[in-house]
Amino acid sequence: MTTPASTAAPAAAPAPVPKARFDWIPLALLGGLMAIGLPAIGSPSTWLALTVAGLAMGLIVFIIASGLTLVFGLMDVLNFGHGVFIALGAYIATTVLAAMSGFTASPLLGMNLVAVFAAMVAAMTLAGAVGWAFERVIVRPVYGLHLKQILITMGGMIVGEEIIKVIWGPLQIALPPPEALRGSVFIGDAAIEKLRLLAVVVGLAVFAAMGWVLARTKVGLLVRAGVQDREMVEALGYRVRRLFVGVFVTGSALAGLGGVLWGLYQQSVTPQIGAQVNVLIFIVIIIGGLGSTLGCFVGALLVGVLANYTGFLAPKVALFSTIGLMVAILLWRPRGLYPVTNR
Amino acid sequence: MPNRLLERTLSHDLPRSRWLALLLVAIFVALALAPVMLPGSKALGVAAKMLVFILLVASYDLLLGYTGIVSFAHTMFFGIGAYGVAIASTRLGAGWASVGIGVALALAASLVLSLVIGLFSLRVKAIFFAMITLAVAAAFQTLASQLSDFTGGEDGLTFRNPEWLSPAFEAFGFDGRHFSYWLLFVVVTLVFLALLRMVNSPFGRVLQAIRENDFRAEALGYRVVVYRTLSNVVAALVATLAGALLALWLRYTGPDTTLSFEIMLDILLIVVIGGMGTLYGAVIGSVLFVLAQNYLQDLLRLAAGAVEGVPVLAAVLTPDRWLLWLGVLFVLSVYHFPTGIVGRLRAWSSR
Repeated sequence: MTTPASTAAPAAAPAPVPKARFDWIPLALLGGLMAIGLPAIGSPSTWLALTVAGLAMGLIVFIIASGLTLVFGLMDVLNFGHGVFIALGAYIATTVLAAMSGFTASPLLGMNLVAVFAAMVAAMTLAGAVGWAFERVIVRPVYGLHLKQILITMGGMIVGEEIIKVIWGPLQIALPPPEALRGSVFIGDAAIEKLRLLAVVVGLAVFAAMGWVLARTKVGLLVRAGVQDREMVEALGYRVRRLFVGVFVTGSALAGLGGVLWGLYQQSVTPQIGAQVNVLIFIVIIIGGLGSTLGCFVGALLVGVLANYTGFLAPKVALFSTIGLMVAILLWRPRGLYPVTNR
Repeated sequence: MPNRLLERTLSHDLPRSRWLALLLVAIFVALALAPVMLPGSKALGVAAKMLVFILLVASYDLLLGYTGIVSFAHTMFFGIGAYGVAIASTRLGAGWASVGIGVALALAASLVLSLVIGLFSLRVKAIFFAMITLAVAAAFQTLASQLSDFTGGEDGLTFRNPEWLSPAFEAFGFDGRHFSYWLLFVVVTLVFLALLRMVNSPFGRVLQAIRENDFRAEALGYRVVVYRTLSNVVAALVATLAGALLALWLRYTGPDTTLSFEIMLDILLIVVIGGMGTLYGAVIGSVLFVLAQNYLQDLLRLAAGAVEGVPVLAAVLTPDRWLLWLGVLFVLSVYHFPTGIVGRLRAWSSR
């Protein structure tokens, strides 16, 4: 992608720092998909509703998957137990929302949002804390050993799922959305569920915050540099390990947040929720390119939008659309939409 | 002379531990005589499940333990075998011909699918293959429940077996259940010995070399992709066979008995606890696991009864949480004894 800076002419002005050109094609793909969706679906209002639903789903998946892909990029660790944090977040939401029933039953939007916000904070805190323990106990002893990593994080997921069953019981728990967040708002003829708007808002906020941290702060710079070339960053005297723990904890907390949103979206929670979403997340980070945050974002939106369109147009095919998308993208770009160098 | 014969049969891969040898002989004899010794139908069912799992796990060990690849699509091939027999038996009517056709078609489907997956994704890192297979297996599971006209959807398919495997058949004082059991026993024994032969052949040595250092194996002139793909294909075919046997035994095939992710996790648990890279580990692990699955819950019920009233302990020791304890055992064995029970026994007797 980059071209080496020319050093030929000594008298010439210093060559400009080579800069990678931004790759617009995957974004164009997303736009193109939406554009094709409109005539295929026919009615603009249905199209709008489906697109918002798709974006909401995609953003939730992005929230969950972003931590995973960064963890992989930074330390070459793929956490197959990531799903546990999703389930944990969703279950904590059921507890918090049930405890704050005074707030959720109120017809005032503000009171409801306070309850949802409290659930999110609780889920993120606890999932982050559990993530820290998970990194210490499960992941740390097996750095650099891929096979053991896969096995041990899977084992961690089994144990985590069972512990969740011990605490909350093995059965499905209903997670009714708060009073004022039920139903839809109308934009023209298009009915858009309020919960989806909430997911879109939260998702965009997370994306913006993550973009800001990664692009504008020193920690973000180190994370990006660590993904590109860990040894070099270590040689410069930074402790990438410690950075990694931070990223792992943040990723777990985000998975907890995603779990809250996913649970509200499904309106019920089962202990198997983590394993189910895991598959979707893996597809998304493969599509995006392992380790790439932007790729994860575009991949998640593509998957979400496509799943909603095909779910409307051909429900039987919908379940395979994501797999089909993955295969098509890997045939086109074998290392994902935005391949990370050095991998 | 009989020693020689035994060595040839086991492909010179002897147990190398007196206790392991004793255990294996005991398991072999017990499984061979199960229909005579075990009167109850539950006990015979447990023994049959052990047989199927021995084959299934041994084939997975070829992938994980010998070649060093993690696949999550093993239950998919298991399911293809089971559905092959079930669909052929319901469509074409009960009989040996339909079982044969079902198995043949299932093997062909597994062959093509495993070849495609292998060539498509084994070129890259192990971690990538693990993720791709996870996705493909999930898609296959939804496919099986979507095509409900064909596969019976979530309810699955119940079908009739060829005549002398059906329970109503009687001869020499045994009924069809016993004959199906012995059919399973013979097939599992033969295929297991064939797998043992394979991992101890030059081909098996190359697989182990790839597991230890794929870069070096490539440098020595072995086409790593080809060997990995072959290993994947063989494992898939054996898993398909195991699925067909399970279907014949249960006379039923459904997503929960063959395709579910829980079974995939069970396979992983058994391979690691029994011992990766030793086919005997599959035998020991399967027997212990199936015993635990069926009887550990009774044991836990006793323990839970003893601590009734103690709040946390009682919740953790309920019989439904038996998988928790196996999961903990799994994590501990990956850390502390990655060679599993078999490796421990061998290390113990070589001391």
